Amino acid sequence: MGFLDIDNVTKSYGTIEVLHEINISVQEGEFLVLVGPSGCGKSTLLNMIAGLENITSGEIRIRDKVINGVHPSKRNIAMVFQSYALYPNMTVEQNITFGLEMHGVAKPKRDKAMNKVADLLQIKQFLNRKPGQLSGGQRQRVAMGRALVRDPDVFLFDEPLSNLDAKLRVDMRTEIKKLHQNLATTMVYVTHDQIEAMTLSSRIAVMSDGILQQLGTPQQIYDQPANTFVATFMGSPAMNVLPATVHVLNGQPFAEVQHNGNSTRLPFNQPNMSAWKGQEILLGIRPETITDIEGADRKSNSIATLINKIDVIEPAGSDTFISMNLGGRDVIARMRSDAEVRAGLEFPFAVNMEKAVVFDPKTEQCIKP
Amino acid sequence: MLTTSQEIAIQTGRLPRTLIYLVLLLFTLFYLLPLYVMLINSVKPLPEITGGGMMNMPQIFTLEPWLKAWSSAQIGVEPTGLKPYFWNSIKMVVPAVIVSTILGALNGYVLTKWRFKYDTILFGLMLFSCFIPFQIVLIPMARMLGLMGLSGTTWGLALVHVVYGIGFTTLYFRNYYAVFPTELIHAAQIDGAGFFQIFWRILLPSSGPIAVVSIIWQFTNIWNDFLFGASFADANSQPMTVALNNLVQSSTGVKEYNIHFAGAIIAALPTLLVYIVAGRYFVRGLMAGSVKG
Repeated sequence: MGFLDIDNVTKSYGTIEVLHEINISVQEGEFLVLVGPSGCGKSTLLNMIAGLENITSGEIRIRDKVINGVHPSKRNIAMVFQSYALYPNMTVEQNITFGLEMHGVAKPKRDKAMNKVADLLQIKQFLNRKPGQLSGGQRQRVAMGRALVRDPDVFLFDEPLSNLDAKLRVDMRTEIKKLHQNLATTMVYVTHDQIEAMTLSSRIAVMSDGILQQLGTPQQIYDQPANTFVATFMGSPAMNVLPATVHVLNGQPFAEVQHNGNSTRLPFNQPNMSAWKGQEILLGIRPETITDIEGADRKSNSIATLINKIDVIEPAGSDTFISMNLGGRDVIARMRSDAEVRAGLEFPFAVNMEKAVVFDPKTEQCIKP
Repeated sequence: MLTTSQEIAIQTGRLPRTLIYLVLLLFTLFYLLPLYVMLINSVKPLPEITGGGMMNMPQIFTLEPWLKAWSSAQIGVEPTGLKPYFWNSIKMVVPAVIVSTILGALNGYVLTKWRFKYDTILFGLMLFSCFIPFQIVLIPMARMLGLMGLSGTTWGLALVHVVYGIGFTTLYFRNYYAVFPTELIHAAQIDGAGFFQIFWRILLPSSGPIAVVSIIWQFTNIWNDFLFGASFADANSQPMTVALNNLVQSSTGVKEYNIHFAGAIIAALPTLLVYIVAGRYFVRGLMAGSVKG
């Protein structure tokens, strides 16, 4: 049993089921990120934890107590909304203490809690201002203050950074992470931004079409995606997924990929791939595992060489991204920025097959090594 | 008053501009003329009016017609002036405006933030009440007031206006609250605020502009109503509009036009005041409610 249990939870609107049997168990102090494209049901799930939406079937428990029918204010949760949802007619101070007031906390105690939070978030200097007089970042802090002051069991964040500009978003991301490290409170965080998901979470739940696609640590999600959706959704640029055929030579399985009329055999690191002999598979290769020869991972035991024509070069400062045709798809490779590359050049690439993942082309599910 | 011409930076030639101002000036004069006639004739002695020259400035300035109209003119059979009826109107308008506005706000709150099955149909029906002509409800309403023991009272009249106004006030508040972020309601729910606490503490303090619209609209309509006042009030509860009619109709030989003019201005003053005080919020609130709704 976890601290927050989501047990076989479904959600239907009329006859349309938008969430299908979600099972997630969150441990105390964990930072769970729900990530997925818009319309995948992640916000609905969060609202169900908050009590703002009814649960069609299944159970949600906090500290082993079923909270299905419990009023939002009695679940001991706090939520930070996408629009911050600060009360426009109240000052920052009133905004922060409103929840305590509603819960019947006496004024001296409210002030003490408020001061503590204001110190922590450095919002002391504008406690008497109205939300309309604050910048986006300041509003964000106040919204977090309002959640913090309640000292809840679980924090819920609904895309809290999506209204901020890019620079501020990165800063606030770090602050949220710091906050979590200091408070060690259980947090559930919804975002569509896979970088936020990777950087903040202790575990990620990737969702799509109302289905929990994969639940795991950021490393697991990144290195062993359960299916092609997770593989291509997480990571930027996305993982390359390309068709290949399995061949076996002297007991060693290879993936044969076609490119510009040639074919190259990349040796699998997984010996059990021999069972797929002669069959089509989908090969998943992250851009950073296709590099120039000098940039290849020295610790890897399985570097394969591939000579292919460079189609497009995209210098990005720290790295240079290269686009080429592989298996009929546009495949992205990541070079060191000083690699001597040129569009149209036949260039030798190093492919780190240790990091490659294999998918069944019919089910698009990962073939376990 | 509402928008300054500097906001629109369209360059026009001198001639078209002069023409525009000329036309505007003409319209202004046209609209101000009745007020001018009423004002100057209300401060003239009667012979100056009956001797012709309605448009002339007064030769002898007197406030007597105003004083008479207010406190001693003949209204029907009683020489009471408009004073008691003015207070009748106030006693009818103030509760009716307050109650219908609060009920409209509550309706708007429920119809947008506490949605239930068939709520749009209910809203449609309430809207429909805005289009029911006054005359149709006269007899049923008289019967209802009789059953409730409120016929011929100021309270009964206030009730009639509340019932009639709810359709409009609900429409205003519903459209205003439809664009009010629901996340705020959710945040307040998580904070532990109940139905009425959310209404009083979160929603109402942000409803200034639309409340002004509702108040102005209700105030003008109820104050200016004649039909309900004439139908449901008795001699002691008649509102200002009915009394003004009686003032003009009843005479002791001569028609005292100067007193009639003064009385008409007194009857129109409260609505004029409300407009001047709250007018600039009116259009703002009306736009907020209707355009985005």
